[in-house]
Amino acid sequence: MTDITSNASNATSATKHYGSMKQERLWALRWSYFFLVVFAIFFLTPPIYMLITSLKTSQEIATAANPWWVLNPTLANYIELLTSREFLTFFQNSAMVSILVVTLTMLISVPAAFALSRMKFWGSATLATGIFLTYLIPETLLFIPLFKMMAVFHEWTGISILNKWWVCVIVYPTLTVPFCTWIMIGYFASIPKELDEAALIDGATWMQTLTRIFIPVALPGLIAATIFAFTVSWAQFLYPLAFTTSVDQLVMPVGIITTLIKADVYNWGQIMTGALLGAAPPLIIYAFLMDYYIAGLTAGATKG
Amino acid sequence: MAETTVRSLSTSGSPRQRSSLRRALQRKSTIAFLMTLPLLVLILVLVIYPSIYAIHLATLSKRMDRFVGFGNFLFLFKRETFWMVVQQSCIFALTAVFFKAVIGFVVAHFVHNIPSKGQRKWRGMLLVPWVIPPAMSTLAWLWLFDPSYSAFNWILAQFGIDPIPWTGDAYWARFSVILVNIWIGAPFFMIMYLAALKSVPEQLYEAARIDGATWWQTMWYVTLPMMRNIIAITVLFSTIVTFANFDIVRVLTRGDPLDKTHVFATWAFRVGIEGGDIPLGAAVSLFMVPILAFAAIFILRDIARRGNEA
Repeated sequence: MTDITSNASNATSATKHYGSMKQERLWALRWSYFFLVVFAIFFLTPPIYMLITSLKTSQEIATAANPWWVLNPTLANYIELLTSREFLTFFQNSAMVSILVVTLTMLISVPAAFALSRMKFWGSATLATGIFLTYLIPETLLFIPLFKMMAVFHEWTGISILNKWWVCVIVYPTLTVPFCTWIMIGYFASIPKELDEAALIDGATWMQTLTRIFIPVALPGLIAATIFAFTVSWAQFLYPLAFTTSVDQLVMPVGIITTLIKADVYNWGQIMTGALLGAAPPLIIYAFLMDYYIAGLTAGATKG
Repeated sequence: MAETTVRSLSTSGSPRQRSSLRRALQRKSTIAFLMTLPLLVLILVLVIYPSIYAIHLATLSKRMDRFVGFGNFLFLFKRETFWMVVQQSCIFALTAVFFKAVIGFVVAHFVHNIPSKGQRKWRGMLLVPWVIPPAMSTLAWLWLFDPSYSAFNWILAQFGIDPIPWTGDAYWARFSVILVNIWIGAPFFMIMYLAALKSVPEQLYEAARIDGATWWQTMWYVTLPMMRNIIAITVLFSTIVTFANFDIVRVLTRGDPLDKTHVFATWAFRVGIEGGDIPLGAAVSLFMVPILAFAAIFILRDIARRGNEA
């Protein structure tokens, strides 16, 4: 944008001193880098501070020394957490929940997206819009009625859903399925009609068309949707906080916040280690599959 | 890959082409319905039904044995805390969305400005706050804001500035929750705007340059109109998410000091789950509906318009 400025303002004088345009462009670039560095510091300070604190002992944290520097780096916090049975249970619960939710989400949303984008039937267009609208209903509106529904279900059937880690597997798909279906509709719609028409004429069933043509062709979209479903289910905080209480049933975010923060005794080194380990899976996926991650983010608004 | 699949299928199914096509077409709507059935069941049972059930719950007495009509709502209207929550929710959402949109816009331009081979790296770095689970990153902020060991206050102390009660004082606490929300949400705006900036055809800028447009004119008449759709949908989406936010306030202040930082979601949790008054909690959370419906109508209009264009 700034280079346009320089071009516009220099349009008349450019013939006189040719070098100034280049000069201004250079300065625009320098300012851009300067502000990017400022914003990068703002955006990266908390995660870096997490890392700094996680490498300290409680004694070092309690001293009045520079909090931004580690005098005696130690991995004690990591070792302590990674050998703690409680913490490993949180990790296991989170991993199980996320994997099951991702599988369930894909099994529900991919066929639905295929049906809605290719097999036009009565009300399919309205339904597609309706699905997007359900994505806009936030979990903060639903947790109280869901809580009561589960209590009523327990009274009727004697099956207790509350306070079990797998309650998350039941409720998380409401957060992931609508958006995943929506972006898969977008990806499927971009596949040329000739492909599936040819397959159908050649005698393929609809199921074969989906599994042999649509899924392979729309694989990037599928990966983006999978990443979305995983990050959402890993990060979800409200539902497990409301529906689970026993320590062995908690998932990572809730477990770290409810068990590591005890009354007035804050062991910040350990809390930051826990937070960093809790943030690690999404961060690692992001580091390796950044382009898919960003494609999934922007797909909601630019596709469909 | 797909082409080979089609070819291999064609060798097996060519003799009965017409009849199989007809059969497939006949059963199309049945199959389509079956394929969407799990989705429909999920949405009806776990989204639509609870939404309606919330309205029913909100009309019951605390022990849920008696119908009280609008009793819960009238009770809320008389409570000072409720009006404080309404006020804080609006301040929180409007301020946070505004600054997220502005910062996202500015940062997107800076990233767009630099040579394209460095853009990926910067974009990747600047999106990190959005990737970390909000509950986890808010913990880092909680520690940065710690009353006795705040690392920010340590820096301020180096310049001889008195420590700031980040989460202790009502106004600073409100500032802090908004700051954390901006920190988490601005990268999302940045990514969306960057995608929008990339989609503006270069010819438009060239035309503006030839016409001698100033920087402001180019921004106002070329960039902004071209980005209008994405800006609108991102702001609306973010308004919904910010208005319904729970994680940040819950972890950072738990609504303290003196309930001054509660938003609808955290207060509904406090009243409904922790306080055991489910009907009142449901009534509180229902107050989010008007704002959400308002945003949803605009998003629907946008989708309808795009559907017409296509």
